[in-house]
Amino acid sequence: MKEKTTLDARRAFLGKLGLAATCTGAVVGIGALGALPSGTAAAKSAPGNAESGAGSSFPTPDYDWTKHEWAFGVDATKCIGCLRCVEACKRENDVPRNAHQFRTWVERYVYLEGEDKVRIDSQNDAANIEASGSEKEYRFANRYKDAKAEKAFFVPKLCNHCTHPTCVQVCPVGATYRTKDGVVLIDHDYCIGCRYCVQACPYGARFFDEEKGVSDKCTWCYHRITKGLQPACVEVCPVGARVFGDTRDRQSPISLFIRNNRVQVLRPETGNAPNVFYVGIDKEVN
Amino acid sequence: MEPVIHAVPYLGWVYPNETIFEWSVLIAVYPYLTGLVAGAFTVSSLYQVFGFQRLKPVAHLALLTSLCFMIFVPTPLLLHLGHPERAFNATLTPHWTSAMAAFGYFASFYVVLLILETWFAYRPFIVEQAQKRTGLLGTFYRLLTLGSYDVSDKAIAYDQKWILWLAITGIPAAHGLHGYVGFMYGSLKSREWWSSDLMPVIFLFSAIISGVSLLAVLYVASCKLRRIPIDVACVKGLAYTIWAFIMVALTLEGLEFANIVYKGREGVEMIMQYVTGPLLVPYFILQFAVGAFAPFLWLSYMIWRGTTGRALVIGVTISACLVLFSVFMMRWNVVIGGQEISKTGKGLLFYHMFVGGKEGALVAIALCIAPLVMLLGLSRLFPPWVHGTVSSRVVALGEQ
Repeated sequence: MKEKTTLDARRAFLGKLGLAATCTGAVVGIGALGALPSGTAAAKSAPGNAESGAGSSFPTPDYDWTKHEWAFGVDATKCIGCLRCVEACKRENDVPRNAHQFRTWVERYVYLEGEDKVRIDSQNDAANIEASGSEKEYRFANRYKDAKAEKAFFVPKLCNHCTHPTCVQVCPVGATYRTKDGVVLIDHDYCIGCRYCVQACPYGARFFDEEKGVSDKCTWCYHRITKGLQPACVEVCPVGARVFGDTRDRQSPISLFIRNNRVQVLRPETGNAPNVFYVGIDKEVN
Repeated sequence: MEPVIHAVPYLGWVYPNETIFEWSVLIAVYPYLTGLVAGAFTVSSLYQVFGFQRLKPVAHLALLTSLCFMIFVPTPLLLHLGHPERAFNATLTPHWTSAMAAFGYFASFYVVLLILETWFAYRPFIVEQAQKRTGLLGTFYRLLTLGSYDVSDKAIAYDQKWILWLAITGIPAAHGLHGYVGFMYGSLKSREWWSSDLMPVIFLFSAIISGVSLLAVLYVASCKLRRIPIDVACVKGLAYTIWAFIMVALTLEGLEFANIVYKGREGVEMIMQYVTGPLLVPYFILQFAVGAFAPFLWLSYMIWRGTTGRALVIGVTISACLVLFSVFMMRWNVVIGGQEISKTGKGLLFYHMFVGGKEGALVAIALCIAPLVMLLGLSRLFPPWVHGTVSSRVVALGEQ
């Protein structure tokens, strides 16, 4: 009799397990086919795992991505090349700590007297790495201290979160996509790691994370901005060279930045329509 | 353990993220294999659809070659993916704006077509073997008959009709598949070296010459291995095919390069510095001079002089080997060359190919050899030369 009871219990348990598996499978299957209605909470809140530094509080509850249109501004005349933005980004977003993969970087343009070609370098340059003493720390070596510079400036760079992003166009599985609030993200759980997007980006903004086997790039710290915070790089910039905000708000820093300056974008001829707006860059910057 | 990344040396100004080379030699092998598939299929079609009787001895070999190479086409891609287990996502949930998304469909369609055509072409042989053989091999052939043992005149004529239509369908399928590979590069606006409307057509013509050359080499090698006389007319037919298509391929590539130089858009100085520097040997010497012009001139000479016999066979075989090498160099110069020119237009990178590793030279060589090993195995199960082709059977039936 006891044996029979055990058997029944086992049967019941297996039955429930089967039912649970079927339900899970159905939900996953429907979700994978994109059959969930667009108005559901899952669709409305921003997609899950785009953020490596996001933690369990992401996606942000009650965040409505239909009510924002984010944009970024760079005032190159203010940048001092301190690279705190690069450091902050690496820490905030768990970017591999090496001198070859960056979500954001800073370029230095120097025109020396008597030379007709501009000298350009970034924090990853061998001389700069030597100056910092490590591939995990970044600073610009004072390599032009004895030279006479006619003109010199820094240009912070990051993903342009284009309105017509080539990376999104070429992704064979749709793992990278543009959100309704104008941010280009990558679903790391869906990316197959083909790197077509890395090739397609005209700005060199993407890299391939060998450890995760997926492409990666700047997300404007989506896990932060959806909580009302600033992207890490903007937060730490000591001179206000980086500006971020919602263009739907006429009085936001970015709206004022765009309205009060003659801004330009990088490589407008690509038709990508970038959403990072620059002030104070030179003809050599692309 | 930290993942191993290999930064490449560079010159001038390149974006920091570019210093990791993303598309390795395997991505050069992928279009190379696809091209051989399309080219080999061209030979099969020239006989099956366009009635080039001279190519009859290689018609079935062409079909088998195409099938063997096609089966290995996805392997370099799978080895390259960061998450190969998700590869089917591209087919299950394709993102239709991506040129790459259609690959699964194109490739699957073409593999099915090839298998079908091969089955119809070999059906009389399969039936014969199924009836003759016993044991495991007998069971294998009996399974392959799919229960159809009818090899009557009517059935063979019906098969022939299928082969014709499959071959006709295969022409746009095979060439579309390869043209699309060219489109994958040509449609990218991020690199001046790739971004060209001519790219799909260039890929197509280079594919044809590579596939026909492969068949010329395979045919001569198979005759030598089997110690049978080489059909010189067939070799001449293949030589004419290579000769005709190599003219178009060379012209197109010349036009493409002229376009880049003549337009002289931003970054052209770096391209010129690249082609006259690091690319001088792989591009102008190996791809063009040695791999394309030399065989073109040699073939032209042989056709002009009416060379025949052993001299023709030797000439065509060596020319074909050179063309095979040239087309590989073309793939290399496009895939690797394109990445060696920085997106900034102000710097150059230098790819270093590893010998070992998942994306090293040894794997690349193995991937090029693997289809040939498979062909060797398949040709024992389905000899492309022992049994008459379906077409020849139909002809024979007509003569009775």
